[in-house]
Amino acid sequence: MQIQPILAALRRHKAGTLLIALQIALTLAIVCNALFIIHQRLSHLSEPSGVDEANLFVIENFWGVQYSTQEASSEIKADLAALRQLPAVEDAAPSNSYPLRGGGWDNFISLTPEQIKPTTDASVYISDESLIHTLGVKLIAGRDFTPDEVRDMGTRENIHPPVVIVSKAMADKLFPDGNALGKPLYSMSAEPTVIIGIVERLQREEVNTWSAPFVNQSLIWPMRQAIPIGLYYIVRAKPGQLAAAMQEAPKALYGRNRMRIIDSHDGLLSFAQVRQRAYNRDRGMAVLLGIICVVLLAITGAGIVGLTSFWVGQRRKQIGVRRALGATHRDILHYFLTENLLISLGGIAVGVLLTFGLNLWLVTRFELRVMPLAYVLSGVVILLLLGQGAVFAPALRASRVSPVEATRPV
Amino acid sequence: MFTYYLQLGLRSLRRNPMLTALMVMAIGFGVSASMITYSVFRAVSGNPIPEKSSQLFVPQVDNWGPQQNEKGEPPGALDYIDAIALMRAHQASRQTLIYPVMLSSPQPGSSSTLVSTGGYAVMSDFFPMFNVPFLYGNAWTGSDDEKRAADIVLSEEFNQRMFGGANSVGKNITLSGHDYRVVGVAKHWDPSPRFYAVWSDSAFSDSPDFYVLLNRMLDLQIDTSGRNSCRGRLEFNGWNQWLQSDCVWMMPWVELDSSSEVARYRQFLEAYAADQQHAGRFAWSPNIRLRNVMGWLEEQKVVPPESRISLAVASGFFIICLVNTIGLLLAKFMRRAAEIGVRRALGATRHEIYAQYLVEAGAVGLAGGVLGLVLTAAGMSGVGLLFEPEIAKLAHLDVSLIGLTLMVAILATIAAAFYPAWRAAQVQPAWQLKSN
Repeated sequence: MQIQPILAALRRHKAGTLLIALQIALTLAIVCNALFIIHQRLSHLSEPSGVDEANLFVIENFWGVQYSTQEASSEIKADLAALRQLPAVEDAAPSNSYPLRGGGWDNFISLTPEQIKPTTDASVYISDESLIHTLGVKLIAGRDFTPDEVRDMGTRENIHPPVVIVSKAMADKLFPDGNALGKPLYSMSAEPTVIIGIVERLQREEVNTWSAPFVNQSLIWPMRQAIPIGLYYIVRAKPGQLAAAMQEAPKALYGRNRMRIIDSHDGLLSFAQVRQRAYNRDRGMAVLLGIICVVLLAITGAGIVGLTSFWVGQRRKQIGVRRALGATHRDILHYFLTENLLISLGGIAVGVLLTFGLNLWLVTRFELRVMPLAYVLSGVVILLLLGQGAVFAPALRASRVSPVEATRPV
Repeated sequence: MFTYYLQLGLRSLRRNPMLTALMVMAIGFGVSASMITYSVFRAVSGNPIPEKSSQLFVPQVDNWGPQQNEKGEPPGALDYIDAIALMRAHQASRQTLIYPVMLSSPQPGSSSTLVSTGGYAVMSDFFPMFNVPFLYGNAWTGSDDEKRAADIVLSEEFNQRMFGGANSVGKNITLSGHDYRVVGVAKHWDPSPRFYAVWSDSAFSDSPDFYVLLNRMLDLQIDTSGRNSCRGRLEFNGWNQWLQSDCVWMMPWVELDSSSEVARYRQFLEAYAADQQHAGRFAWSPNIRLRNVMGWLEEQKVVPPESRISLAVASGFFIICLVNTIGLLLAKFMRRAAEIGVRRALGATRHEIYAQYLVEAGAVGLAGGVLGLVLTAAGMSGVGLLFEPEIAKLAHLDVSLIGLTLMVAILATIAAAFYPAWRAAQVQPAWQLKSN
């Protein structure tokens, strides 16, 4: 295939050529970056939280009156006893928060008490000896809390329990050699707290950009949140009885003591709802960008079809002449496919630069990561295929132009 | 002439329905994607209090120091010590501290069921400072602040729920077991984003039910229901020690009516921080900020990154659609070169040809705009896919957005048609006639 005559012909259609090339360049830039963002967002969606999500739900329990620490503590114990008695309930635990809640309590963690710059940051859960069983997380080393280790925490009381259970991610971060068990850590205090247990995985309360470096790093302290405002109850239903347990639980709590508020809208959430809320933006962003990509590729493809059809229409006479001079169907078909390939390559050359430019802007503006080359390569392949596919139908029509056209006055 | 061109245009558009449909769809999709994302962006990036946004300021004092603060920035709220000291000094014409509280109230009609209600602990200046309109009664006064009275101002909506909308001024209301005296009912007022509480609360959460006297809340030891952030070693134990800690949780606002007042207040903050350094409380030189409403919203990153990214991507998408339209219009116009030649030979000026094709493009733009409007209306329900319900509900199709959609579609298409129409007007009549 001779490229020279194609280039010569393109020179006569500068505007159309430039427009197609520009469209391909812009499309490449947007599609590559969109695919990259989609992939990043979707990879969050499937991150496991480490808990038995299928059977868990949470109750947000506000107290109706300002209880003292002792009053709140005995209310919590009575509530938990009532919840555990329910036929559909496997276990229940008090807590200040739960994984994927979207915010909560986190503390800086250091290895020595003198350290000024903390080693890392931990999402803090406070609960009693029932939390690990309730969440269904796996204790891979050490032991659970004992009931006498659990203390009540009143308003703005700052207790540093002597023992702590940490997630494996946390243990590995602090003690990369894998010997975290029995070691002390310092959490914004001069008092050490000793690691007595390690759980396999326990996701943080929030999963945002800020906490991304600390993913899965969390700790559990043996404390009961006995403050006037209230607390969360995490409840694990018996397998397959989630709906029944979610119905029974608030009734049982209200039946025991009416001086509480469980919001009808947000007060009772299954873990599926929790997960859905936590990743709502990620999923939405992926869907939105996905739609834009598809529509964009369709419009670019249609645009190529439209312009090529116009060129074929314009050049019927020339095609007829070429056919009359011995060019085969295949030659004409190849001519248009090659022409498109040349334009596409030109567009892609500019598009690759645009792609990295846009990525750089997103990196500086939105703390996105730098795009791996694979995305650009797959974007290039997609656009080349799209261009060839779009040009095929008009090119086929061009190849069917009869040599007789050459003799016909236009 | 315009109507004649429009007729010609419409006839020509009917001649290539596929090409026309393609252009209309490109414009329609492009403009609707831009408009949907813009409607969210407009809602989250707007000025919540345009009449006063340049007179309201957030004073920030770095009580954490260079080793603990976030990249050199002072924290976004004050600890109790600094907050009270700034209020005592009273260097601004109006000033308030704010923190969110959550209390329980009896469910109207059933005394045995409780519901949670959210509001803000504020000072008397809060109301005149932020132009809070009143339906009944008034704000409490500065002397009530001093007296630490149990005063409360209800929102119109909360007054409707609790008192059936009647004038409740002077009545008592019991929240979380404590009695408060209603001194006023605020008319519906909910600036969005809720600039005055963005550090502690979501900027777009449900509107508050009440505003309650801050000193009274402190006396009752009612804790903040929003953010509390501490650094260093936590050595407090219990409410009173917590108040003396470096934990920040109180949001301060001051009103400064002239640039000289702003400069003076800045000096005051510097001097205050320097005093703290001399007193040995801060081991670092003064690090203060004084930002107005829009500067504050910017600093607090109120606009979700999703909103900016989606707007940027949608705008890029619209530009591609326009490039596509330029190409298609070019093809469409040049296909009629012969026709243009005849018209030019019969005396049409270049200018007239130009006008005719721009009108034709305008018709495409209008059709694209109408399609875009339909898609925008449909897409509004999809906003909830990307944003939390609180933000999604802010995006809506109003008259200005409808106007903007149509205008953007038509103007953008006409702009896209400049080059193709110019090419059409350049057609040489003699050449066209000869080759026919």
